[in-house]
Amino acid sequence: MTGFRQAQSPDAQSPGTEAHGNHTATLSMQQALNRALDEVLAENPKAVILGEDCGRLGGVFRITDGLQSKHGENRVFDTPLAESGILGMSVGLAMAGFHPIPEVQFDGFAYPAINQIVCQIARMNYRSRGKLPMPITLRVPSFGGIRAPEHHGESLEALFAHVPGLKVVSPSNPHEAYHLLKYAATRPDPVIFMEPKSRYWQKGDVDFSTADAPGTGSPTGAKVMREGRHLTLVAWGAMVSRCLQVAELAAEDGIDVEVLDLRWLKPIDADALVTSVRKTRRAVVVHEAPLTSGLGAEVAQLITHGCFDTLKAPVERVTGFDVPYPSGDLEDEYIPNIDRILFGIQRVLEYRRG
Amino acid sequence: MDTLPLPDDGNAAPPPTPDQLRELYSLMAAVRHLDVSAVAWQRQGIIPGYAPELGQEAAQVGSGYAVDTARDFVFPTYREMGVARAMGVDMVAYMSTHKATWHGGLYDPVKSRLAPIQAVVAGSVLHAVGWAHGQTLEQNDGVALAYLGDGASSQGDVHEAMNFAAVMKAPVVFFVQNNGWAISVPTERQVAGGSVAARAAGYGIPGVQVDGNDVVAVLEATRRAIAHCRSGNGPVVVEAMTYRRGPHSTSDDPGRYRSLDEERSGAGEDPLRRLRRRLLDDGIADDAFFAAAQAAAAAEETSIREGIEALGPRPGSEMFGLVFQETTPALQNQAASWREESEHV
Repeated sequence: MTGFRQAQSPDAQSPGTEAHGNHTATLSMQQALNRALDEVLAENPKAVILGEDCGRLGGVFRITDGLQSKHGENRVFDTPLAESGILGMSVGLAMAGFHPIPEVQFDGFAYPAINQIVCQIARMNYRSRGKLPMPITLRVPSFGGIRAPEHHGESLEALFAHVPGLKVVSPSNPHEAYHLLKYAATRPDPVIFMEPKSRYWQKGDVDFSTADAPGTGSPTGAKVMREGRHLTLVAWGAMVSRCLQVAELAAEDGIDVEVLDLRWLKPIDADALVTSVRKTRRAVVVHEAPLTSGLGAEVAQLITHGCFDTLKAPVERVTGFDVPYPSGDLEDEYIPNIDRILFGIQRVLEYRRG
Repeated sequence: MDTLPLPDDGNAAPPPTPDQLRELYSLMAAVRHLDVSAVAWQRQGIIPGYAPELGQEAAQVGSGYAVDTARDFVFPTYREMGVARAMGVDMVAYMSTHKATWHGGLYDPVKSRLAPIQAVVAGSVLHAVGWAHGQTLEQNDGVALAYLGDGASSQGDVHEAMNFAAVMKAPVVFFVQNNGWAISVPTERQVAGGSVAARAAGYGIPGVQVDGNDVVAVLEATRRAIAHCRSGNGPVVVEAMTYRRGPHSTSDDPGRYRSLDEERSGAGEDPLRRLRRRLLDDGIADDAFFAAAQAAAAAEETSIREGIEALGPRPGSEMFGLVFQETTPALQNQAASWREESEHV
């Protein structure tokens, strides 16, 4: 994927602390996403935001806060409470030449819209032989960690990644959130944008400069967040910051861990996986989703295929369990924690052939 | 039932002229002949399957004829051959879906103003709402026609679509062909209350139930509905009461769920015979006209069949190339492997 356009300086007052000649700011992920959407609306008159409560309220997570009052009710509008309706309507808007940016309020609420996502959004470009592209950026507050009710902590990446015709991406911090959303929302194909809701309020530096500027990286592909020599931790979304914490702890024991933020869950950047693990020769993949048929299996296969001769141990997976996502009291038992990831690293390091 | 208010000037759309009535008959004759022939094509092995619309010619031609292809857009399911024909769609490209050439058909949906054929019952009804709301957002005056059947009306998406459209005053005509049967299940076991149009009242929008075997009644109701939408009054439900005279598909066996007596009594008068009688009674057409219409229909079917038979399979590279606008490395790799390992280079 190519063609990332430079982010224009927003004309709006942005939240957060700006410094360094307006090129960087310290923002929460919520603020970074809000700013990205603000700029997308300003730059593309065909972009529209729709969903439950995304207008006057600004969304239950306030990601669209202030956008309706700034851009108008024709650009940012509330829909009735029906996810299939939101996504089916987005198909029609895309057919009419719009770039819809629908929101489903929580991951589990994507299930009622699966028919429209899988049978319609993912297939319309194919069915119409490319005449009716589906430039739909579906924002899904995703993953767990906030003690929420049932169906508010699901990890759907493997489900979406398995569907031909969809692309899937998840940012890990405010900088990634800003650039990846701006990139996704300018693509001509449907992108499922999985926002790690447990990271919405964590602040970080956002560099608004062009994607090719030093240190910002390209909006495509995976990204090395920490370099290391002994083992690669592969993660995405909220698990990236946890893996960075793990890497710090492992360093105290002299283990030099590389952390690769996969970012794009479809297409997966297989080259980045292979480049990293050829160097470290060991890998652990971490995700919140259940183990069986999770995306970790795909990652492990790509690594194994590309690094079979140099791997020192089988690729390890540290994941959620094959259980329905539990209530808040058990959430910390379910989501991979620092200790479980360290155990995974230990298993790989202690592996002996034969 | 008719809760659709007449236009402000008190006049419904003008009645069809004699020329238009003759054209409607010619279209229905072409559709009937192609439909009956397509079943024969399937039996002869020319196409693998077909979903006949025998008996629904008036509902389909009458509604499709009302569409303004300069500004409206139609969202079909998989049994709208008559609508496509009335809209002037390339029929070889349309029938290619039944040849198993390409699911959505080979016609250009943007130029044809007909969305790709799709097999999810009620799947496209919400698309019509989105497209129509886009007209509102851009202050255009196009109207979306969403086709659905009595069976589709049971799907939750139809409720969501009607509710969304009514809340947003989207210019959508929900055109229901109530043909009495959803494969083997009759309307009385499908539609509570017996009428889809009656549901319009619950959404606060007009609903019209029309004799779907009377092409003039269908045309006039659809024109009124489109005019109502175009004037910014929001959506309308039109329910054309008709009868599926044939099987659900060429794989279906209606003998397992309805008798010939039931078919005869349920079907009513053939919509073509009915229009023919009217044209004769009004002195608008004579036997020579009907003979010419039949000959034209036969010639058209021959030409379409030859076009279908001449269609080869699409190049396998299209499997990979049409998934995305911007392809992925994984797809490129799979396409390369396929090329290397297959003989279809």
